[in-house]
Amino acid sequence: MEMEVINLKIIKANNIKKYFPIRGGVFLKVTGYVKALENIDIEINDFESIGVVGESGCGKTTLGRIITKIYDPTEGSLYFYDEKGNEFDISHKLDKSIRGIFRKNIQMIFQNPYDSLDPRLTVGEIIKEPLQIHRVFKNKKEEDDYVNELLERVGLSATYTTRYPHEFSGGQRQRIAIARALTLRPRLIICDEPTSALDVSVQNQIIEILKEIQNEFKISYLFISHNLDLIHHVSDRIVVIYLGNAIEEAPAEELFENPMHPYTKVLMSSMPSWDPTNRKLGKVSVTGEPPSPINPPLGCPFHPRCPYKMDVCDKIKPKLIGKEHKIACHLYE
Amino acid sequence: MKNIENILEVNNLKIYFKTFEGISKAVDNISFVLKEKETLGLVGESGCGKTVTNLAIMKLLNPKSTILSGKILYDKKNILEIEEEEFKKVRGKEIGMIFQEPMSSFDPLYTIGEQMHEVCKTHLKLTKSESRYKSIDMMRRVGIPEPEKRYDQYPHEMSGGMLQRTMIALNLLTNPKILIADEPTTALDVTVQAQVLNLMKSIQDEFGNSIIFITHDLGVISEIADRVHVMYAGKIVEKGTTEEIFNKPLHPYTQGLMESKIRREYKSKTLPFIPGTVPSPQNFPKGCRFNPRCNFVKDICKEEEPKENELGNEHLVSCWLYGNGGNQLENN
Repeated sequence: MEMEVINLKIIKANNIKKYFPIRGGVFLKVTGYVKALENIDIEINDFESIGVVGESGCGKTTLGRIITKIYDPTEGSLYFYDEKGNEFDISHKLDKSIRGIFRKNIQMIFQNPYDSLDPRLTVGEIIKEPLQIHRVFKNKKEEDDYVNELLERVGLSATYTTRYPHEFSGGQRQRIAIARALTLRPRLIICDEPTSALDVSVQNQIIEILKEIQNEFKISYLFISHNLDLIHHVSDRIVVIYLGNAIEEAPAEELFENPMHPYTKVLMSSMPSWDPTNRKLGKVSVTGEPPSPINPPLGCPFHPRCPYKMDVCDKIKPKLIGKEHKIACHLYE
Repeated sequence: MKNIENILEVNNLKIYFKTFEGISKAVDNISFVLKEKETLGLVGESGCGKTVTNLAIMKLLNPKSTILSGKILYDKKNILEIEEEEFKKVRGKEIGMIFQEPMSSFDPLYTIGEQMHEVCKTHLKLTKSESRYKSIDMMRRVGIPEPEKRYDQYPHEMSGGMLQRTMIALNLLTNPKILIADEPTTALDVTVQAQVLNLMKSIQDEFGNSIIFITHDLGVISEIADRVHVMYAGKIVEKGTTEEIFNKPLHPYTQGLMESKIRREYKSKTLPFIPGTVPSPQNFPKGCRFNPRCNFVKDICKEEEPKENELGNEHLVSCWLYGNGGNQLENN
């Protein structure tokens, strides 16, 4: 065992901001911005799982896509660390010299396996593509063996290599997507709602595979989901995002034992009970919906829906403070 | 006081589709009743036939490609045999439907008001100003802020939760006896889902409609349904009160679904799951359709379809483990 590998960083992000311009009119002038992310800090170390939870439109997917460099951040700094601990600034367009190593280290599994696999490639071609781009194997036999081994690792038969994605069910397709993400032995995989498009009875199978390969290959995960139960199960640390702002961050158990932010509490109480003798939705008190990120409210983003709103809340935005359990709320200042 | 009546009866309903690969038995011989003022939950995974069943009740299936048999009795008439012209007076008036995706079930080219007026004009013969008054009142009752402004807006100007409320308001205009809600909260956020579920409960108390609530989410069902029917591969495998189904699930599939909830105690343990995948309708297995995924499978399960056994108070299960077919195995 190489002990020094354990505490290496993979990604460090400071004050990440992402605004998407809205264009309108004949000359497509910028008329406003969708403020998807505001000042997010995140740090991902080797072999840890971070959960990002929030409602639709809160920016959690944008965060995942910034870390994989699908998007560049509007502001803020983003650093990537290779296996030896060398730091690379990747806040701007990915430089050619590190593109190879970066892509090898960081992979992604998307939400909808019906859209994320090329319908015109066979399963074998899909999984081989990264191997060929990175020129991993010199001879074809080795490459084929490796692909077969991967497929069997995710619970599929090696004979599937010649089939096309449409021949598979959702769960099987997500397994193919996992195999593809695994090919280059990444250190970090971003999982963006990996089970939400799947049947209920299949979801847990996929989570189990993700957990197994994590332990086997010592991978880190950034798990993005709206499902609190799932996030609790797979994460070491959880970040709760509301309207582009991290409002609470804590170790998984701590967050569930002791949720502090009013929004986190609302989110937890909105989860259905699974117990018809003790229904709980009737007790949920929150009203309204998340406001639009085009015109976010001043001050704390949650104040228009917050049951504990104070005078200061619509004037000053609270900062994320604390050590282990961080929280951005004026109630705790 | 008279007894609680059955407002809708479905008897031996079969819905087969003609496809290139042959006949697809999407729904195969199901029977159930909907009682007055109750919420009946239909639970099942994609392709189990829950949506198709309700499209049949709404008479919205294409007769050219569908083979229907059995009976759907509403108001002493078989819906499957009523003429389309006659059924137009029922659909949308006495039986309403709330669809899964509020964003795609409104016409983007017309304002909310125009679409609500269409309902009022067709079924209630109201004038424009009358339907405006009635619609705005209804929108207010379902908790839409500033309904006067919303009435003249287009669907894209509203959020998902607001549109789903509008859809509910639109259905309530005619005060239908039956409201079919097909995954009404699946596309919504959890905090908004909680609000919409609470709203549906309170309108039921106020208007006294019967609701058929379709979903794949057992958590949602636990919050809203009085009785639950579990569907798998075109069959109803278990029927019971919500409490019975959640506290004493009998069918191995229902048990599997119940266990698949990620509970907090499972952290750092292996999650339980049902092996295998949902079969496709062209290829349902012989015998009990759950047999390839079932942990308690016996020889007879692969050969013959199980019959429905009644075990206790309105709790019915179609499984060879129970009744005459089974010798009450170890799981009891």
